[in-house]
Amino acid sequence: MEHIVIIGNGIAGVTAARHIRKLSDKKITIISSETQYFFSRTALMYVYMGHMKFEHTQPYENHFWKKNRIDLIQGFVTQVSTGDKKVLLEDGQAIPYDRLIIATGSKPNKFGWPGQDLDGVQGLYSKQDLDLLEKNAPNNTVCQRAVIVGGGLIGIELAEMLRTRDIPVTFLVRENSFWNGVLPSGESQMINEHILEHHIDLRLNASLKEILADENGRVKSVVVAETGEEIPCNLVGLTAGVTPNIDFLKDSGIELGRGVKVNRFLETNIADVYAIGDCAEQHEAIGNRRPVEAVWYTGRMMGETLAQTICGNKMEYRPGHWFNSAKFLDIEYQTYGWIFPEKKKKENEVHFHWRHAKEKKCITIAFDQESKQLLGINTFGIRLRHQVIDQWLKEKRDIDFVIAHLADANFDPEFYRTYEPEVIFKFNTDFGKSIKLKKKSLKRIFQLG
Amino acid sequence: MSNYDKSMALTGQPPKSLSLNQKFATVLGMIGMGILLLASLNVSFPNKTLWLTVSLLAISLGTIWFSWDAYSKKLPGIKNDGVWFKSISSRGLWGWMAGLALTGFYIILYFYPEYLGQVNGGENKGVIALFDPLSKLLSGNPASQWFVYGTLYTVAILIFGVKFLWKYRHNRYERLRTFSVMFFQLAFAFIIPEVMARLNGHKILNGGSLPYYDLKSVWPLNYYNFEGYRIKGFLSSGDIGFALLIFGILSIFVITPILTYKYGKRWYCSWVCGCGGLAETAGDAFRQLSDKSVSAWKIERWVVHSVVVFVTLMTTAVVYSYLGTDTSKYWLTKSTFLIGVAVLLTFVFGWVMLFKRDQLQKDAQYGAIGYFVIIMALIGFHFFSDGGHVFLFKSETLRKTYSFLIGSIFSGVIGTGFYPIFGSRVWCRFGCPMAAILGFQQRLFSRFRITTNGGQCISCGNCSTYCEMGIDVRAYAQKGENIVRASCVGCGICSAVCPRGVLKLENGPLEGRIDSNQILLGNDVDLMSLVNQK
Repeated sequence: MEHIVIIGNGIAGVTAARHIRKLSDKKITIISSETQYFFSRTALMYVYMGHMKFEHTQPYENHFWKKNRIDLIQGFVTQVSTGDKKVLLEDGQAIPYDRLIIATGSKPNKFGWPGQDLDGVQGLYSKQDLDLLEKNAPNNTVCQRAVIVGGGLIGIELAEMLRTRDIPVTFLVRENSFWNGVLPSGESQMINEHILEHHIDLRLNASLKEILADENGRVKSVVVAETGEEIPCNLVGLTAGVTPNIDFLKDSGIELGRGVKVNRFLETNIADVYAIGDCAEQHEAIGNRRPVEAVWYTGRMMGETLAQTICGNKMEYRPGHWFNSAKFLDIEYQTYGWIFPEKKKKENEVHFHWRHAKEKKCITIAFDQESKQLLGINTFGIRLRHQVIDQWLKEKRDIDFVIAHLADANFDPEFYRTYEPEVIFKFNTDFGKSIKLKKKSLKRIFQLG
Repeated sequence: MSNYDKSMALTGQPPKSLSLNQKFATVLGMIGMGILLLASLNVSFPNKTLWLTVSLLAISLGTIWFSWDAYSKKLPGIKNDGVWFKSISSRGLWGWMAGLALTGFYIILYFYPEYLGQVNGGENKGVIALFDPLSKLLSGNPASQWFVYGTLYTVAILIFGVKFLWKYRHNRYERLRTFSVMFFQLAFAFIIPEVMARLNGHKILNGGSLPYYDLKSVWPLNYYNFEGYRIKGFLSSGDIGFALLIFGILSIFVITPILTYKYGKRWYCSWVCGCGGLAETAGDAFRQLSDKSVSAWKIERWVVHSVVVFVTLMTTAVVYSYLGTDTSKYWLTKSTFLIGVAVLLTFVFGWVMLFKRDQLQKDAQYGAIGYFVIIMALIGFHFFSDGGHVFLFKSETLRKTYSFLIGSIFSGVIGTGFYPIFGSRVWCRFGCPMAAILGFQQRLFSRFRITTNGGQCISCGNCSTYCEMGIDVRAYAQKGENIVRASCVGCGICSAVCPRGVLKLENGPLEGRIDSNQILLGNDVDLMSLVNQK
C-alpha cells in the first residue's frame, strides 16, 4: 500500500490528507512538531482573548483521525532524504515514504534587527508563540507596554489581543497609512481611525531601529528609526509578515527559493515530493497572485488539488477568483477579485468608493475604464455573498450591472440596515449615471429557473 | 490541553476581574436578593409593597448597572473577552455555586413550597406573602409560589434582556429578537393571564372561570392544556372560553406549521417562547458550555424524541380518560378519539417515509419507525383492554410521572438550574417536545437554513463554541455546507460571532437548501464540478 507522508498538520496538509482518504485507501501519516492535533491557526488569537479554549480551535474531535486511518506523529523533521525516500525525525526515527507532501507553513519574518532574539521579543504564528505570549504578557502588571512592529493582519490582531487585557500598545507601521500596500487609501484611512478609537498608539511612518535589553537580557525598550525615540516596553511583537518555514530542507536537494519551488502541479524538482500551502512557491505567479500565497484559503485549495493528483487524477493548481477576508478589531473585511491601492494600480483600474457618514463601513469597487468590467470589490463592515460575486466575476459583469444588483450580493444578517440606496446615489453622482437599484431577488441569488 | 488559563486565575488579568462599578452593582443586586432571602426566612417586613419594590428595584438596577459598565464603554462588536477565564462562565467555582443555588431554588419551588411561605388554605407567609400586594394589584388574588416564580422569571428576562441588547447593540437581528422575547414574556406569559383571572366569575364568561392560560405556550410545551379541569374551565366560560380552546388546537395544527414552514422554528424558540427567552437573556453568559460532541448529539436525538412519544401517549391517555363512550351524547368518544390519533400519526409518518426518507439520517429513520410501531401497538392494546385502564397504564399515573419527570425535574431543575454547568439550552435541546416537533418540521419542510458563504470559513470555531444547542456549526461551514439542523433555534449568534461573515440565517426556496459541497468555492471550477458530481 502506498504510503503518503505529510509534513505539517495545518490546513493545507490536513485538507490533502482528508481528500486523499476520501479518494483512496492509501496509508497516510501526518508529522507535526507543533501540536498533536490539527487546529485552526487563525483562531489562536481568540484563545488569548478568552473567547475560546484551545480545544475549541480543533475542527475535528480527537477520534476523527483514528476513524479515518490518518496516523499522527508528533515529531520534528530534521532532514528529508530524497535518495532513499525517508524522513528523519529529531528523535532518530526514520519514516519511509512513497510520496511526500511538504506543508510546513511559515515562520515570522525577522529582518536582522539588533536585539530581535531577546527575551520578550516574539512573533505570533504558532501554538508555541501563543504559549509564549501568555508568559510574556499575562496581564498589564507584567507587561506594562507592548510594541508591535509591522502593520499587517497579524499586527492588528496582536494589538486587539493585548488590548483585551488592557495592556497599552504602541503600533509601529512603516507605511504612512495602515496596510496601504494592499488597501486603497479611503479604506486604509478608516482603519487608521478605528485603531485610534481602540486606544492603540498608532505610529505611522515609524520603523524599528533596534531593540534594547535590560541587565537580564530581556527587552527594555525599542528605538524608532525615523525619530530616534526610545519607547520603554516589556514585549515586542514582530509581525512584519511571514516567510516559508523550510530551513530543514536546505541539504535535501529539493529546489528552494523563498519557499519550496513547485510547478503548477505542486510538484517539486524531485519525483514524488510535493509542496502545498504557505511554504510552496510557484515558479511563476498565477495571474495577479503572489508566487508564495500565505493564506488559509489557498492552503486549503492546494490540498484539495494535490489530493486529486496523488490519487491518480493529475490536476493543475488553478485557483478560481481571488478572495480573502479579515477582521480589523471590530470591522469585518472581505475582498473579491483584484483591487489595488493607488500606488500599485494600473491606469485602466478605476475605483468607486463609498463610506458611511458615521459608522465604520465602506465599499470600494474596481472596474476597467474601457470595458467597464468588474475587477474587484472590497467591503468593510458589510458582508457579501461569495457565490454572487464569484458569479459576476466569472460572467465578466460590468460596473453598472454590479451597482444595480448590489442588493443581491448583501450577506448581512436579516433586519440589518442596507446601504445600497446611498451607495447608488454616490455612484450616480460620481460618474454622472442614473442607475436604479434592483430589488433583492431570491430567484437570482439561488439561481433558480 | 491548555492549562494556563486555569492557572492564571490568580493573576487577575483584566478580562476576568470586576471593575469598581461592577462591584457596587453586585452589592446592590445582592441587597435585593437578600431582602427576598430574609423574607423567606420569615423576617416580617412591615410595609410589603415598599420592601418588594425596593428588592425588585435593587436586583434590576444592580444587573443593569453591571452590564452598562461592561458594555457601554466598549465599541459595538463581539466582546466575548475573558468568557473562558471567568469562573462563572467556564464551570469554575462560581459556576458550580450558581448552579447549586439555582437547582436548590427549583427543588424548593417545585417540591417544598412551604419553605417559601405557601400555606394551604391560610394566609401566605414568607417570601410569597411579600409578593401579595403585586399579585392583588394584577389579578386581585393573593400570591402563590407560581406567582413569585413568574414575577422573578419575567424580571430576569427583562433585566438580562437589557444586558443582551447592549451586548449586541450592533446587531439588529439580535435586538429585535430580544425585544420580542421581552414583550411576549411580559405581556403574554405574565400580565395577560393575571389580568384575565379578574374575569373569572364575570358574566362575560357566563360566570365560568378560565384556567391560567399563557397564550403563546403551545401543546406539547404546555402538556397540561387538554387536561380535564382545563377543558371544563374553557367550556364553562362562554364564547371566550371556547375560542381559547379552539385557539389552543389551531396553534398546534395550523399556526405553528405555517410559521415554521416560512421561518423555521426560530419564530417560536428564540422570538416568542419563555423558556427560550430566559435561555437567551439570563442564560446568555452560559451558551458556550453546551456539549458539541457527536455522542451528545446522539443522546439528544434519542432523549428528545422519547419525550415526544411520552407526551403524546400521556396526553392521549388523559383526554381518553375523560371522554365518554356514547356517540349520541357527544361526537367525540373514546374510540373515535383514539382512531383519530392513530389516523393522524399514520398520515404524518406515512408522508415522511414516502417523500422525505432520503433527508433523514439512518438511525433517525429507525427511531421514527420504532416509535411509530410502539405507539400504534399501544393504541391497539386499548381495544383489548378494559375501560378502566388506558393502554398499559392508568392515565393519571402517566400524567403525574410526566409532570414530575419532564415538567419539573427536566425543564426546571436540570434545564435551568444547570445553566452554569451544561449551558443555557439543555431543556430545549434534550427535553422540549415542542422543540422536537418543530425541529422535525424544520429539518424536512421549512424554508429556513443557515447559508454558508462560499469558501470564506477559516474553521476558527467561534460558531460552534457559542452555539447554545451544541451544534457543531463549523463542521458544516468548513465544508461549504448549509446548516439545516432540527435542533437549530435560530438565535443567530453563530452568524454574529463569525469573524469572516460566513453564516447567514435566511428563508429561501426548498430547492438546494441542503447542499454538500466538499470542494469549497474558490478553487478550480473544473475540480469543483468534478467532485460535486459524485
